[in-house]
Amino acid sequence: MAAPLVEITDAGLYCPVGDFHIDPWKPVGRAVITHAHADHARPGCGSYLAAAPGRRLLDVRLGSPNLTPLAYGETVVRNGVSVSLHPAGHVLGSAQVRLEHRGEIWVVSGDYKLEADPTCTPFEPVRCHTFITESTFGLPVYRWDAPADLFAEVNSWWRANRDAGLASVIFAYSLGKAQRVLAGVDATIGPIFTHGAVERITQAYRESGIELPPTTAVGESVRGGKKAWAGALVIAPPSADGSPWAKKFEPASGAMASGWMRVRGARRRRALDRGFVLSDHADWPGLLTAIRETCATRVLATHGFAAVLARWLRDHGTDADVIATRFGDEDETQAPEEPPT
Amino acid sequence: MKAFAQLYAELDQTTRTGRKVEAMARYFAAVPPADAAWAVYFLSGRKPRQAVPAKRLKAWAWEQAGIPEWLFGECYHAVGDVAETLALLLPDGGTASDRTLAEWVHDRLLPLRELSEAEQKASVLAAWAELDRPQRFVWNKLITGAFRVGVSQLLVTRAIAKVSGLDGDVVAHRLMGHWEPTPAFYAGVTAADAADAALSRPYPFFLAHPLEGDPAALGPPAEWQAEWKWDGIRSQVVRRGGQSFIWSRGEELVTDRYPELKAMADRLPDGTVLDGEILPWKDGAVQPFADLQKRIGRKTVGKKLLADVPVVVMAYDLVEGGGVDLRDRPLSERREMLEVLAADHPALVLSPRIAFDTWESLARQRAASRERRVEGMMLKRRASPYRVGRVRGDWWKWKVEPYAVDAVLIYAQQGHGKRSGLFTDYTFGVWDGDQLVPFAKAYSGLTDVEIGEVDAFVRRNTREKFGPVRTVKPELVFELGFEGIQASSRHKSGVAVRFPRMLRWRTDKKPEDADTLEQVKALLAQGVG
Repeated sequence: MAAPLVEITDAGLYCPVGDFHIDPWKPVGRAVITHAHADHARPGCGSYLAAAPGRRLLDVRLGSPNLTPLAYGETVVRNGVSVSLHPAGHVLGSAQVRLEHRGEIWVVSGDYKLEADPTCTPFEPVRCHTFITESTFGLPVYRWDAPADLFAEVNSWWRANRDAGLASVIFAYSLGKAQRVLAGVDATIGPIFTHGAVERITQAYRESGIELPPTTAVGESVRGGKKAWAGALVIAPPSADGSPWAKKFEPASGAMASGWMRVRGARRRRALDRGFVLSDHADWPGLLTAIRETCATRVLATHGFAAVLARWLRDHGTDADVIATRFGDEDETQAPEEPPT
Repeated sequence: MKAFAQLYAELDQTTRTGRKVEAMARYFAAVPPADAAWAVYFLSGRKPRQAVPAKRLKAWAWEQAGIPEWLFGECYHAVGDVAETLALLLPDGGTASDRTLAEWVHDRLLPLRELSEAEQKASVLAAWAELDRPQRFVWNKLITGAFRVGVSQLLVTRAIAKVSGLDGDVVAHRLMGHWEPTPAFYAGVTAADAADAALSRPYPFFLAHPLEGDPAALGPPAEWQAEWKWDGIRSQVVRRGGQSFIWSRGEELVTDRYPELKAMADRLPDGTVLDGEILPWKDGAVQPFADLQKRIGRKTVGKKLLADVPVVVMAYDLVEGGGVDLRDRPLSERREMLEVLAADHPALVLSPRIAFDTWESLARQRAASRERRVEGMMLKRRASPYRVGRVRGDWWKWKVEPYAVDAVLIYAQQGHGKRSGLFTDYTFGVWDGDQLVPFAKAYSGLTDVEIGEVDAFVRRNTREKFGPVRTVKPELVFELGFEGIQASSRHKSGVAVRFPRMLRWRTDKKPEDADTLEQVKALLAQGVG
């Protein structure tokens, strides 16, 4: 067999023929970035290649890096390796990286989901020989409900809180999840406030052409004191849960929007009232569908329940293994999808 | 079932006890008494004997979900709850059932026990097919028990008090002891007439709070009664209508397990209820708790065991005397009556009062707790009534500092319930030469933030997996506290400790700084053992 097109090094996933890294966790010369989450896009590299729709987000996150934007499907050649980016459906600008060299095709998935999301381009399967897939929710207990049903639940929770004079505080990762919540809720129920971290990214989404309902940053002067929050929806990053900042919305009902909320223990541990099962990662059926559609003969699982997914695939006749990356430690579970910024 | 599943969801969706009580009260008011009775039964932590072994339920579920056993195991470790894992894995389908909770229990749950395995399977699969996901989860909970929805008997009591307009204490009293969840029972619990205390019924236990600060803050010593804090099983002895009943704090009737206590109780006057501690007792002295463990759980006791580990009730309160509920009388008065009673009943061992004039003198006496095989002292306000549950202010437990040993984290396992998916159950080792031998397991004592850090460490530093257990790189050192230590041939380390827990994470210590087995064994010689 030919030398692998992608291997793991100290700095991360590396393409030796093309001499570039994918989502490196150390500063390197040339980096291809799948998406703007902090564990995938790190500052300090010489040059960056990323999908054009995520350009504004990377500017905000990395401070205007030396970035070449690439349209989805457009190809560039690096040392004889054809590189193209394809929608991953994870967050705005998220991409799968397709590498082709002498007829051998590899795809690095980055993070992805198959559900509809109005804030980003939907996932597109890419045929390949070797597929490096995330496996954050690689257990069959993780199955997502239809987004419409989920948002109906969120709306009825918000409405009931409003009618009871409570604020509705929803904790959601500030890049991606927060905007998906914004795009999904019924903004006619009440005003929407955001934590500063959420507002910054939401602004970048708007500047990227994504339409979202109006929001007001909590930090900005709000008239009416305590009363201003009653009936409102407040969107904040999970790190704000339990902070003095979050206390000021009392009386309030707290909720978390995350795939981890599928399991009751994860919500009860946070002592939140509600857990909305809303993830930007593929669920178990989603992972299996995506893998099948690549027609890959070899699958490398990483980032999540990698060993479980690999064993399942092997048992079902696909050559599969685990590739250890630092996008999450082996069998990472409850770590935030987005480390603090 | 729809209403009950809805109630379960409401209880599960809030962390506020006030809202939980309201949700239950609404439910009790809305459903027929037959449903209310079963809801009280399940929510207060009771369950019928498990009709279908979890093993079978699991096997049927993985068959239905089309997954192999190992994958079910992985899921279970991540979820930490059998009923929930089953509900999450079963394929979608089914709709909400309109039949009532009582119908489901009587027609479907209780008959399961009598069925053959094949019939059980058909019945359970039919139920799964019939129910939607939230109801399925609740159905699984009915079979497996352990509701884990943040509701205690106390909250159920409050909810019933709310709907019935009764005093909470009356409801608590009516819910104690043995009862069948029938409509008549529920009617009895909510009935206005309060003169109904069934013969066997004990009183809700009054529980003490730990005293953290200086006892001087409690006020003048003369207002307080001090006793030793005995290390046994909290118990009430009930003598009414010519019958005797021994209750443990877990509200279990244990009369048959302690014939010598029954013999003592049989001689008490009718209308007597004692509160005290069951202790292993020989030659006028308390024996190690480990001896008592030989009696706990034994439903029938042989002559040899009776002779080897005789027990007494160390009485410290008189809750009912002459058929009168004495709980509103001051402790000083109850104590006087108890002493009069004990004078006529030599088999009744009285918890001695500790004489003291100043808090300093009491503190000096407390230092000798270990030699006496007690855990410290109890401080009780002489004017205090016998309250219900853990009410602050009148009864304090003033325990001695625990033993402490620095040990190294060597194995970790994921927790259950609220801690599912997190590595929270740890095994610690101490040095025996250049080997770390497992010495104690501990689950409590860390903050959520610390648990998060240890969890991340375990994931990064796993060396081997044995089923759910991870062997981790021996690196983290914790100070473990425990209440007692005993030689044990059943433990690899040769010692068994009581109530081990993490006192603090010694981030300042390296694994080589941890204690040795030799140092641990030296504690054996300190008198308690």
